[in-house]
Amino acid sequence: MDNIIPILAAAIAAGTPLVFAALGELVTEKSGVLNLGVEGMMLVGAIAGFATAATTGNLWLGALAGMAAGAAMASIFALLTLNLMANQVASGLALTLFGVGLSAFIGKPFESVSLIKGGTFDIPLLSQIPLLGPVLFRQHVLVYVSWLVFGGVCWFLYRSRAGLVLRSIGESPDSAHAIGYPVIRIRWLATLFGGAMAGLGGAHLSEFYAPMWVEGMVAGRGWIALALVVFATWRPARVMLGAYLFGGVTIAQFFAQGAGIDVTAQLLSALPYLATIVVLVIISRNVNTIRLNSPVSLGRSYRPD
Amino acid sequence: MRLRLEARPEPSRLMGILSPLLAAALTIVAGFVLFSALGKNPLQAFYTFFIYPIRDINGLTEMLLKASPLMLIGIGLACGYRANVWNIGAEGQLILGAIFASGVALAYHGSESRLVLPAMFVAGAVGGMLWAAIPAFLRVRFNTNEILVSLMLVYVASFLLSWLVHEPWRDPEGFNFPQSKQFTDSALYPILIEGTRLNVGFLIALVAVALGYVFLNRSFLGFQLQVAGLAGAAAKYAGFRASRMVWLGMLVGGACAGIAGMGEVAGPIGQLLPSVSPGYGFAAIIVAFVGRLHPIGIMLASLLMSLLYLGGEAAQMGLNLPSAITGLFQGMLLFFLLGSDVFINYRIKSARAVPVPAPKMAAT
Repeated sequence: MDNIIPILAAAIAAGTPLVFAALGELVTEKSGVLNLGVEGMMLVGAIAGFATAATTGNLWLGALAGMAAGAAMASIFALLTLNLMANQVASGLALTLFGVGLSAFIGKPFESVSLIKGGTFDIPLLSQIPLLGPVLFRQHVLVYVSWLVFGGVCWFLYRSRAGLVLRSIGESPDSAHAIGYPVIRIRWLATLFGGAMAGLGGAHLSEFYAPMWVEGMVAGRGWIALALVVFATWRPARVMLGAYLFGGVTIAQFFAQGAGIDVTAQLLSALPYLATIVVLVIISRNVNTIRLNSPVSLGRSYRPD
Repeated sequence: MRLRLEARPEPSRLMGILSPLLAAALTIVAGFVLFSALGKNPLQAFYTFFIYPIRDINGLTEMLLKASPLMLIGIGLACGYRANVWNIGAEGQLILGAIFASGVALAYHGSESRLVLPAMFVAGAVGGMLWAAIPAFLRVRFNTNEILVSLMLVYVASFLLSWLVHEPWRDPEGFNFPQSKQFTDSALYPILIEGTRLNVGFLIALVAVALGYVFLNRSFLGFQLQVAGLAGAAAKYAGFRASRMVWLGMLVGGACAGIAGMGEVAGPIGQLLPSVSPGYGFAAIIVAFVGRLHPIGIMLASLLMSLLYLGGEAAQMGLNLPSAITGLFQGMLLFFLLGSDVFINYRIKSARAVPVPAPKMAAT
């Protein structure tokens, strides 16, 4: 029982970069845009955040820089796919490959830099609740921010008029255009939001979770976030659940070693990736699950004429 | 004056060929801007990056050596991409090919037999195909997205490789370094030009280009792949089985990547290391696109991409820039290509040339 609290708390911390990235991608995909560049945007957000924090000494400025960098990356993708009609799959791959290169290039001088540790905040009173307190309310501030983002996304998508417009564009851009909604502009905004969230997720990883910069440190989390959106059948609450489950799988190796369980380290490291494949298989086994839940126009270019 | 895009009545073939050249030119221009922004003399930097690495026979053969795996994998990926089968896990399939080939090489370590190398070749192809068969099977049987599965398997493959060189296959006399024994001559590709590292792998890549041309552009199966990619419904109507296209696209890609992995351990590396490729599997995705999924284009694109690898190394030594600049250039090249491709289907018109529409009626 004593072990379970740090494990759960660590799972939430490890899942938070996934929460940001997957919620952002969820909103992007709801508008009908499939951006496979999450990994690249997270990497660039991670180094932008880390470099800014290391240079200015301000972690929050770093988090903002991560968001800005993620959004800047997303704008390249939006320009290519929304204005120049480029294939979304190819452009997303390009964004990831570019992000891998760009982050490695910028990150070279920061490889042995260390950051001041910071950002944990115990919420008064709530953190005193037995069990729940230490698990939920003694986290980094960005973890609480991720819950705000979750609440905001839920409210926006399902309770606001703008969210309804965004979803309708994802289902049928033709009808939305005919009614007079600016399809391209709204898709641009949704894509930028996705980029900013991926960047924030990356910055959380490099500034608070790690905290350090290692080349390629996002290590597939961007791809896992993409898989999470499918796994969650495009529902925010399930994204949260999935992200924390994966957070738990990511940290399994540390606790297995701590508990003296003798399993090959490489096998444990491979677990999150194997788990991703397994959940993808389970969720896509039934063709209708995906067909009924995914935005109809997902991945298709749209050109208003 | 506002510019707007106007759809062409049919795609421009000319732009299809010009667009990669335009992309390469734009990449070079962006390179000039980048070098200037980094405070380097752009002309000198340009020379260091693009000319200096291939100034002599040694440099030229190095370019061909690095182009070989890119060419080979690019051809394999093109088979899948033509059918809209998105195998982006070639890096993992390359690793598995290297592992399988090394398994053979280590099992027959010290053997003088001439069969070792062909056996490694087959093992490499099988390894890559097995790894590619996983996403193919899951896509066909369970409708699972092959992009995500093939990509996840890259990470799994690298952990498998890491475990092998740390545990069972570690050289007992290797001072505890995570690496296998060095292969003996019978397990190494013969060198083509004495004094360089260029080996038979280059000829194999050229053969792959030729076979790829016949297969993709001259065979019925290749035609089926193309139809499946361009018009899925038409392919279905014509009775081409979609699952067969997935299997074909994935397995050819896996085999080529596996052979490329075998070529690395049997070529420039000569043993199994924790890292057997500087990302050839990912760079080959760019090669396939820039080469327009056409074998000849892929051959040319692989030379350009190989030059970017050499340029990155030269930039590290000569300009004191991180060699990661290679990835930056590779990414830019693909961006510019995707951007230039708009002109295949659209042309630019100035908005003023459009006749002023009649006053809008209220929509009903």
